[in-house]
Amino acid sequence: MDKFDKLTGVAAPMPLVNIDTDMIIPKQFLKTIQRSGLGANLFDEMRYDREGNEVPDFVLNQPAYREAEILVAGENFGCGSSREHAPWAIKDFGIRCVIAPSFADIFYNNCFKNGILPIALPQEAVDVLMKDAEKGSNARMSVDLEAQTVTTSDGEVFTFELDSFKKHCLMEGLDDIGLTMAKEASIDSYEAQAAQARPWV
Amino acid sequence: MASKPRTLYEKIWDQHVVDRLDDGTCLIYIDRHLVHEVTSPQAFEGLRMSGRKVRAPEKTIAVPDHNVPTTLDRDDATTMTEDSRIQVEALDKNARDFGVHYYPVSDVRQGIVHIVGPEQGWTLPGMTVVCGDSHTATHGAFGALAHGIGTSEVEHVLATQTLIQKKSKNMKVEITGKLAPGVTAKDITLAVIGKTGTAGGTGYVIEYCGEAIRGLSMEGRMTVCNMAIEGGARAGLIAPDETTFEYCKGRPHAPKGAQWEAAMEWWKTLYSDDDAHWDKVLTIKGEDIAPVVTWGTSPEDVLPITAKVPAAADFTGGKVGAAQRSLDYMGLTPGTPLNEVAIDTVFIGSCTNGRIEDLRAAAAILKGKKVKDGLRAMVVPGSGLVRAQAEEEGLADIFKDAGFEWRLAGCSMCLAMNPDQLAPGERCASTSNRNFEGRQGFKGRTHLMSPAMAAAAAITGKLTDVREMM
Repeated sequence: MDKFDKLTGVAAPMPLVNIDTDMIIPKQFLKTIQRSGLGANLFDEMRYDREGNEVPDFVLNQPAYREAEILVAGENFGCGSSREHAPWAIKDFGIRCVIAPSFADIFYNNCFKNGILPIALPQEAVDVLMKDAEKGSNARMSVDLEAQTVTTSDGEVFTFELDSFKKHCLMEGLDDIGLTMAKEASIDSYEAQAAQARPWV
Repeated sequence: MASKPRTLYEKIWDQHVVDRLDDGTCLIYIDRHLVHEVTSPQAFEGLRMSGRKVRAPEKTIAVPDHNVPTTLDRDDATTMTEDSRIQVEALDKNARDFGVHYYPVSDVRQGIVHIVGPEQGWTLPGMTVVCGDSHTATHGAFGALAHGIGTSEVEHVLATQTLIQKKSKNMKVEITGKLAPGVTAKDITLAVIGKTGTAGGTGYVIEYCGEAIRGLSMEGRMTVCNMAIEGGARAGLIAPDETTFEYCKGRPHAPKGAQWEAAMEWWKTLYSDDDAHWDKVLTIKGEDIAPVVTWGTSPEDVLPITAKVPAAADFTGGKVGAAQRSLDYMGLTPGTPLNEVAIDTVFIGSCTNGRIEDLRAAAAILKGKKVKDGLRAMVVPGSGLVRAQAEEEGLADIFKDAGFEWRLAGCSMCLAMNPDQLAPGERCASTSNRNFEGRQGFKGRTHLMSPAMAAAAAITGKLTDVREMM
């Protein structure tokens, strides 16, 4: 998995609450058997019309935000389905960090498996960052995972909370499966014990 | 020595901890892993690339459901698009190569993964159950800790039969008293989301309890837990009782004989202790719940059928903009009585409402009646066995006589990955779980409701209070 430490880039503003995974990547793109190539269809039904032409008003179609690496959004971002295609599409587009007042549980976890940093901050802080993002491509926001800070283009700093284990895995780009496989002896002994206690499982 | 009072969630959690880090991150053992074709191909491919096996194929159950056509001619491969066919074939191959339990499309037991699991007795009280699908919450109806996971976690569970997790907080949702006539499990679960909002459960595992929950069948309990995810919760739970044990007994993969007795002994300890700590409590009077419908594009946009379409100004904060966007998308004018909203399509099915009791409830309203002229109406049973039972009980004839299409099992128009889709602007009375933009088809409009309410809407051609037909 890709490591994440620091990121400075353009932030795209999406001031909408409850952005769901069907919006992020509609179901017709879930038929792939690969992880790559979904960036072209990120927010597909908001981004393109039925004929496949870009909708000019949509934020990621505007010249200032076509290269955005950060997304600032409303509360409950990523609600809905468990589809990891949502973070795959976000990452494939080039976005490495999503900032919102809150995230849906499964989406939040899925981000960490893909080198994406989801940052939850109080609404007032997100409001400031949203305003900063609305300034366009000259306003570059900075994220420092080690320090757990987001800095606006004006130098205003916000500190965010993050689970220490998740932070560690993201900074080191660690593979969860490899970590767990190293605990195989514990799993073996759990299974042996469970086979006695709950043989019907 | 008295042990610390625990919630049902904590009892199941404690039973499944394999390893614990200092910061509270745990490795949790997974008893059942359900797999479908959409969220698993990349996980199996990951195993292949790293030369790993499925650790517990005997605890892994796969079934194709999302892509499969539900029309009677589906044996003809051309009824599927090329990419859907590739995805289903990939599951065929992965199930074979890795030796997991499998119900292919040709098997009468095939159906929606969350209906097949309980039906076959794979899901049992006290288990941990995961699936690369958010509606895994369904299995919580058995007092099993069940939740959706992403594809990376699917690969993690395939390889290690464990999941890395931190414990959630505990939330109690109590539905007291009895339900009024015409009010069902679907109305309960929607009414709860209407109160909590779609993020109200974030960070929590919800336990549903109270007299109205106790009075539900297993089918109804599955409907309630199914939509726990729509309230943002990691999982929904209902403590097992005689209704649960009765449902499980004799299922193909349920324990038998002495093992059944041993299992029962443990299952009967699966309830929240009286003094257990709750981080959040919500109490709703059963008699206060009315038959409800959704008006917007979030499952929290719930109102009684007797209400009117709201205005954006009725809301606060970020919801003002979201409500306006929903009203525009749904093509609704504030102040319009909901029971005057005309529909084009009726969909009865999904992991929320595709079980036998759901079909019985809809058929009871439809018996001797006809679907409104020009309306498209379909019933998609949740599994081949539900379909067979409905045919045996004469329900299929009631649906067909009324003018419904009688389909084969699958997820169908709940998420429209197969050919069952809404056209732009079409409006659907749907028993599914999500009314998101584009969910049932590009620019399609979804109103969520119970099977009985959907049946009533099919007859009148508009959103309808089922109580007027009872």
